[in-house]
Amino acid sequence: MNWLFGLFEPGHALGLLALSPPGWGGALLTGLSHTLEIAIGSYILGTVIGVGGAFGKLYGGPIVKDLLAIYTTAIRAIPELIEILLLYYLVPDIVNRFLLSLGRPRIDLPPILVGTLVLGFVLGAYMTEVLRGAILAVPHGQVEAARAYGMTPLQVAHRVTLPQMLAYALPGMANLWLNLTKDTALLAVIGFNELTETSLQAGGTTKAFMLFFTAAGILYLIISALSGRLFALAERRARRGQPSIRGGGI
Amino acid sequence: MRALIKPMMQPHRLFLLAMGIAIVAWAILTLDWSWLPTYLDNGLLLKGLWTTTYMLVLSWAMGLFLAIWLGLAQAAGPWYVALPAKGFCSVIRGTPLLLQLWFLYYGLGSLFPQFPWIRESWAWAYLREAWPYGLFALTMSFAGYEGEVMRGALLGVPKGQLEAARAYGMPRLTILRRIWLPQAIRRVLPTLGGETVLQLKSTPLIATITVLDLYQVSLQIRQDTFIIYEPLLLLAVLYMFYTGLIVLAFRFIERQVPAKLG
Amino acid sequence: MKLKTLIIAGIAALGLVGTAQAKVIKVGVASEPYPPFSTMDASGHWQGWEIDLMHAICKDQKLDCKITTVAWDGIIPALTSGQIDMIMSSMSITKKREKVIAFSNKYYETPAAVAAPKGAKFKATPASMKGLTIGVEVGSTNQAYAKKFFSKTATLKTYQTQDQANQDLAAGRIDATIADEMALEGFLKTKQGEACCELVGALPYDNETLGSGIGAGFRKSDTALREKFNKGIADVRANGEYQKITKKYFTFDIYGSK
Repeated sequence: MNWLFGLFEPGHALGLLALSPPGWGGALLTGLSHTLEIAIGSYILGTVIGVGGAFGKLYGGPIVKDLLAIYTTAIRAIPELIEILLLYYLVPDIVNRFLLSLGRPRIDLPPILVGTLVLGFVLGAYMTEVLRGAILAVPHGQVEAARAYGMTPLQVAHRVTLPQMLAYALPGMANLWLNLTKDTALLAVIGFNELTETSLQAGGTTKAFMLFFTAAGILYLIISALSGRLFALAERRARRGQPSIRGGGI
Repeated sequence: MRALIKPMMQPHRLFLLAMGIAIVAWAILTLDWSWLPTYLDNGLLLKGLWTTTYMLVLSWAMGLFLAIWLGLAQAAGPWYVALPAKGFCSVIRGTPLLLQLWFLYYGLGSLFPQFPWIRESWAWAYLREAWPYGLFALTMSFAGYEGEVMRGALLGVPKGQLEAARAYGMPRLTILRRIWLPQAIRRVLPTLGGETVLQLKSTPLIATITVLDLYQVSLQIRQDTFIIYEPLLLLAVLYMFYTGLIVLAFRFIERQVPAKLG
Repeated sequence: MKLKTLIIAGIAALGLVGTAQAKVIKVGVASEPYPPFSTMDASGHWQGWEIDLMHAICKDQKLDCKITTVAWDGIIPALTSGQIDMIMSSMSITKKREKVIAFSNKYYETPAAVAAPKGAKFKATPASMKGLTIGVEVGSTNQAYAKKFFSKTATLKTYQTQDQANQDLAAGRIDATIADEMALEGFLKTKQGEACCELVGALPYDNETLGSGIGAGFRKSDTALREKFNKGIADVRANGEYQKITKKYFTFDIYGSK
């Protein structure tokens, strides 16, 4: 194994990737951790918005339904890059104007927080659609049967709707997660130092663009492979006791 | 038209419509649009729109063509064809397009000084421009995503049909042309509209490698005038309009194709 | 209704967090290597002449300054929308920018210049550079200058950062770049710059596009911070700190005429 680590020492072919300076490996890993932090944060936020949005779209009043329709349509019709740019300046601007109008001082909104809020808001639109479809896919008879047993609405949701819906929602949710990890790269355009931006900075400083872009690409591939596995496991768990969807009909 | 008006005739919708009109009116009246005539007159906005359009159309057509082969290679090819095709799709789908673009443009560019003969070759006229890299990256991206979709569609065509065709003594290529591909494409069609919208939404990324597309034009307007939100808002509206066109076009095409499968 | 109270409560909570640390001044630096003024090293620390100067001024004025990286092309929106509190990224003081933001006094000065691949056979004049492709950084004074004097006879290609323009100059995709002379010299001193390119010459001065020296940018409402910073510049000029920092990177005083 020693020859392998030797490759990563300064002066060797891959020395630029060494974990401690002057190698940029550590900086890349910091970028990776920023990418993951933002992705996880906005995924949670997006899921919360998605659950609210899905229930609102199905059971909300007419105005709520229409507003949600506008939200999901508009967000999905405009390029994410433009949404991110617009909201990235707009959110702190509005928050600070609001505070100044109340006579309070400006607040410090860290870029990582704004990035998470913005991506979560965008993801929420997609998540709403995925979860709405999943809720609709739960056979209505089962819900009725649960009610007939005298379960409260909360019990119905907890015991019947949510577990079943999860099985239908997970493939879509897995796709959204994979897209989200890639969409975090768009924050590079704003100068936020996530993985893609860090690899550009490292490339710009050392002029070894190929090396750093490849390294970043491999890290992204590792994320997608690992999370693909995790979602597959979760899906199998959620599907316990259900007939397979595939193989029916065609 | 009546089908459009009737659902609007509900009190809450009329209220929302009034709110919407009020917001648009507010946007037109109070926001700063003084820059708009300048950039319409000097043709920059139109030029950007044109670049975005041809990038979308060309990458769509070439990407789809490649995707058919990528799908076929995975669905029917021997392992030494299927494996690279699968690998290609995984890499494209597993990494951000922005990274792919920068890899191609700045990554390859950083190698040029080591190979001075490149500048003497016929390809240099293209290699020194930015749009070929943008077009290439967009094409590969669409091919990667659609290759995966095509694979699923090809595998979804009922085996019985292919067996029946074989029993009739059809050559393999004829089966592909007459039975397998048409059915697979019909299966893909409902998702193709959505995928095309996704492709449209990827095009602004080419602005980061100096291609003068619609998004780049809005950036330049922002730099010239220091107006932040208005150019981006105009851009959002233009892209929404564009998305609407694509959705309508695909709805029309889908209606022309008989929906019944197998 | 519930949602609204929730949002207000959330913003108020953020406000509490914010006021607790409101004294940190977020200094916006363009996230690109810009030697010798600002470059990031592998451990993520920013260094260079401008960074050293910033720390010296902040120390002199007892300000708690923290670097925040922003994309150059969005650095003014980042300031006006409150993402950062000040810009210190080799930004020239121009009339046009002063309509949107306020500047400190200048802290250095640089002419615009042309760099090209080695052995270029043209001079730094519009007539001599006819028909060439010239790279400029988007939103820079040099872009405005190139638009005014070169766009009629040459093709301009705009980059998100000057580093990317330099990169394409080395790759041979552009015939020349117009940029701040001192930054170009910084690039030409790097290994890559030394191997590929050379300085063709400085360009004649133009006040309208190039402005009057380089200063730090502030929101127009932040007069107190700007005053403090101006005092800091005067202090480090007077107590020799400025000259000490400059000596580390240059062989002459880059402050320019008084």
